[in-house]
Formats: sequence, C-alpha cells, structure tokens
Amino acid sequence: MSMRYEGTVYVFGDDVNTDEIIPARYLTTTDPAVLASKCMEDARPGFGAQVKKGSILVAGANFGCGSSREHAPIAIKAAGISCVIAESFARIFFRNAINIGLPIVECPGVTKRLKEGDRVSVDLKEGLITPAEGAPLPITPFPPFMERIVQEGGWMPYLVKQYGRR
Amino acid sequence: MTLTEKILARAAGRDAVKPGEFLEIEPDLGLANDITAPLAIEEFEKTGAASVRYPERVFLVPDHFTPNKDIQSAQQVKVLRDFSRRHPGVRFFEQGEVGVEHALLPEIGAIAPGMVVIGADSHTCTYGALGAFSTGVGSTDLAGFYLTGRAWLRVPPTIHAVFSGTRHPWVTGKDMILALIGKISVSGATYRALEFSGSAVDSLSVEGRLSMANMAVEAGAKNGVFASDAKVAAYLKGRTSRPWEHVAPDTDAAYERVVEIDVSALPPVVAQPHLPEKVVPADSLPDVRIDQVVIGSCTNGRIEDLRLAAEILKGHKVASGVRCIVIPATPAVYRQALHEGLFDVFLDAGAIISPPTCGPCLGGHMGILAQGERCVSTTNRNFVGRMGHRESEIYLASPATAAASAVAGRVASPTEIVAQDRRQG
Repeated sequence: MSMRYEGTVYVFGDDVNTDEIIPARYLTTTDPAVLASKCMEDARPGFGAQVKKGSILVAGANFGCGSSREHAPIAIKAAGISCVIAESFARIFFRNAINIGLPIVECPGVTKRLKEGDRVSVDLKEGLITPAEGAPLPITPFPPFMERIVQEGGWMPYLVKQYGRR
Repeated sequence: MTLTEKILARAAGRDAVKPGEFLEIEPDLGLANDITAPLAIEEFEKTGAASVRYPERVFLVPDHFTPNKDIQSAQQVKVLRDFSRRHPGVRFFEQGEVGVEHALLPEIGAIAPGMVVIGADSHTCTYGALGAFSTGVGSTDLAGFYLTGRAWLRVPPTIHAVFSGTRHPWVTGKDMILALIGKISVSGATYRALEFSGSAVDSLSVEGRLSMANMAVEAGAKNGVFASDAKVAAYLKGRTSRPWEHVAPDTDAAYERVVEIDVSALPPVVAQPHLPEKVVPADSLPDVRIDQVVIGSCTNGRIEDLRLAAEILKGHKVASGVRCIVIPATPAVYRQALHEGLFDVFLDAGAIISPPTCGPCLGGHMGILAQGERCVSTTNRNFVGRMGHRESEIYLASPATAAASAVAGRVASPTEIVAQDRRQG
C-alpha cells in the first residue's frame, strides 16, 4: 500500500461531526459515488461536487465525532480525498478509517501551519508532513497493531488472511 | 483494575490488562441497524463466506427509519431481513416487535453484567448501565464479527466520574450526564472509559443510568459503565436467561482522572445548539421560543421518561404553534404507556404519539425541522442539521424539561410549570 500523498489542502474546524460529513438524509444508500457527492454537505454545502481528486483534508480537534456511520469515511474516500490530517480524531471515526483503509493521521498543531489551498506532502512511512514552506511537521505514528491492519489494506483483508474465509 | 479493565481481561482470557493494550476478543453480542447493517452485510458477503461464525450473537434492529419511510429505506431493511433468513439464528426484529435498539435490547434481557457488546451504532455505550462493556464501532467491525466472531479493541484508560449529593426534584440522569459533558467537553473522554459511581448514581433507577451511559459517547468516550447492584439484579429478574455475576471495580483500581460533581447544586439543564457541551440551567434562557418538542429516543424513550413527561403535561396544553411529538421507544413501552393512561394525558395536552422509531433524532422522518425552526428534544445530539434543515436548532433536555418547554412554548424549567400549578392550586 502506497504511503505517500501529495495534494492541495482543504481546512475545516474543530468538532466536525459525522452528521456534517454525511447527513442522515443521505443514509438510505451505501453507494460510495452517491455518498461522495454529498461529502461534507452540512459543513460546507457543495463540497462533494467541487472537491479535487487527490486533495488532502485538514481538520481541527475531535474530527468525526458523533455517529458510528462508516458512510462518513467512505464518503471522504470516494470523493477522492487521499489523506485526512487532524489535530485529533473521534474514536469511532478513527477506527472506521483504519478498518476501510482511508489514510488518516493525527498531527497536533497542523491547523496552525496549513491553510486552505496550500500544497502539502504526507509520508506515512517517514512519519512527516512537509508543507510548501517551513519545517516539516512530525506525525503521531500508528501503534504496531494498527499498522498491520493498515498494511493489509483494512480489517477484512487482515481477518481473511489470519482466519480464512470459512 | 477498573471495571472496564476487569471485563476486558476476562473476555481476553487474561488475569489482567492495561490501558493502551490491543486485544482481539470474541464479543458476546454484535448489533447493527438499518443504516449500518447493509454495509456490514455487503462487506461480509464480499469475502465469499458461507456462514456466520456465531449467528445467535448477531442482532439486527431496523429502527432508524422504521416504519420504512421510503423505497430506499425499505430496500435497506430487506437486506437485513433476507440476511437473517439465509443465516438461521440471526435475530431480526420485524415491524411490530422492533423498537429503538438501545431501549429494546436491555428490555428483552439480551444484555447482562460482564458481557462484551459491540454495535454499529455510537450509542451502543448505553448497556454500560447494566455493567456490560459496550461500545460503538463501525460496519466493517460487524462484518469481521460475522465472519470470525472476533473484534479488535484497545484497552482504554478510565475516567472515574463520581456524582455525590442529593438530586433536586425534576433533576434526572439526563441532567447529570449533560452536566458532566458540560464540564469535561465533547472530547473530554475521547478514547477513554467513563466509570460512573457515587451516592447520586446509586439513587438513580436503572432507566436513569441507561440515559447516562447512553451519552458517554457525547463526551467522546469509548464506553460508560456502572457497577451492578441490587437495582440491576431486580431489573434483570424475569428478563434475562443469561447466567451472570455482579461486576465491580477493584478497590485499588487506577484511574487516569477523577471528576466529581455534586448534584445538590444542579438544576434542570439544557444543552444549547450546536454541541452537547453547551450546558446551561433551563431557567437561564427565558426568551428562546420553540417550534417543536420531541420526547423519546434511546436516551429518553423508556416508560419512566414518559411518566415524567406526563406528570408535567397533565392538566396542561401544548402551547399554540408548538408541535409535541411523543415516541415510546419500544412496543412494550408503548403498551405500558397506553395501559397506564399516559396516552390520554398526551392527547389531552395536544401532543402527537408516534410508533417506536429513531425517526426525528437523526433527521430521518416523523418530525423534521424546517429552516430557522427550534426544537427542545430528549435525544442526545444537537449538531448542525441533525434533526432537519442545517439552519434549525436543537436544545437537549430531560423529558420533564422538554414537557415544560412544550407547555411554555419556549425553553422552560419544569420547576416553573410546577410552581405555576401550585399558585393556581
């Protein structure tokens, strides 16, 4: 799995919840393309239609708080966001992202260094975020157990490898 | 060890576990609903697996859009129904027996102390009221559970929340959990367990504790848990056939932090838009006009909640221009409320009674807010757009405060309505 991402940054604030990421009125489908088109709808209306493929989403503290809907990281991934960087994440969103293989990194201080429209590169192997200007930002590395799940491409590939398909 | 550590150690077959450790365990029960189960079933079926590892541990509760609000939601429920038919043993709750999942599962005796429960719904933390380790996860976690019976968990550090003092009349478990969230913030317990204790917790009914554990996730917590006591034993009697033993933390348990709240100083409260941490006394907002009141949900849709609302509404009318929607959380609660004459109180007051559903809590159906509208709700989230238009507003409150607000036509404390009644004799 590639661990290096480069793109333009979209910046969101603190406590962005999963109702804003994908409102429940769109949860009568599991189709990633439909979910992608409504991505971040109640945080920034129209985002799903404008977002450029390969972009990087930057957010403040407690990103993805609220409901357990996996539709939230699916919408972000299917919208073409290559990587999510936040000051911190809510726990269910964090595990969902790990489980579905959406690259996600915690980087305290990131919202002070990056602003909307900046170019940035993220290297998960090296553990560094490199902005266009200034010093690189270190990221909080995954614990080894999570690293293994990420390496396998998510929780289901990991389980199938460990236990077979039954 | 803390209560959470003890339950997880036993589930892992270990003498002890420490915060930060990763465990792969076999949960006793895994639930999903009509929003999260379709994704779980898709992921399970992508593996080509022929059978579910432990079908009798799989609970499918299509409660979010029930009764099916449109073609797509009916299709999603059909996915669950068909899956349960293909895999005998899987519990699927048909319309007529379905209720709000976190009210329904304790009520039917599916939950007992010491169990490990995962659910693809963030409010799965509710079952901690019965001394279970119970946490919200995602759909892929459930898919993995269907396939292998397993799940991964990181042992959380525990925050000990101690509630002392004596509650004032009309101060409920809902006010207590809102006060805690107001104090520690919506991320104050992220990646942590919340363990509740203290004299004010002991004096709460099991239903009041279910309301508290329900909102642990609104502080970011992984789970919220109470030691089991005689009230839990009485609640489970005649309800569950599962063998169970009392659970309690060790006396030398290591807590990351202790938060103390004296409820003697706590009035009925509301959480203002748009975060559950924006908690203020209900009587401190005298001029907030409202359009709707919702009394129900996995937080406050149990019989005790409806009794409390009826106590305030009895002899009153819902204010002109306000819609008051009462939603018994399960068919049994519905029947009990009918039997006790609560429906007459609600109907006399001018309220509407809905069948059991999550409906308006998540902006699904059965009471959606228009642009600029305001709602006082006994639900658990007041995020932007949660119950409808993104320019609508939600105030979270107890059933007593919600009922008082319905009567006043604005955010109001139950003490105000009761004081008025006394003056009028």
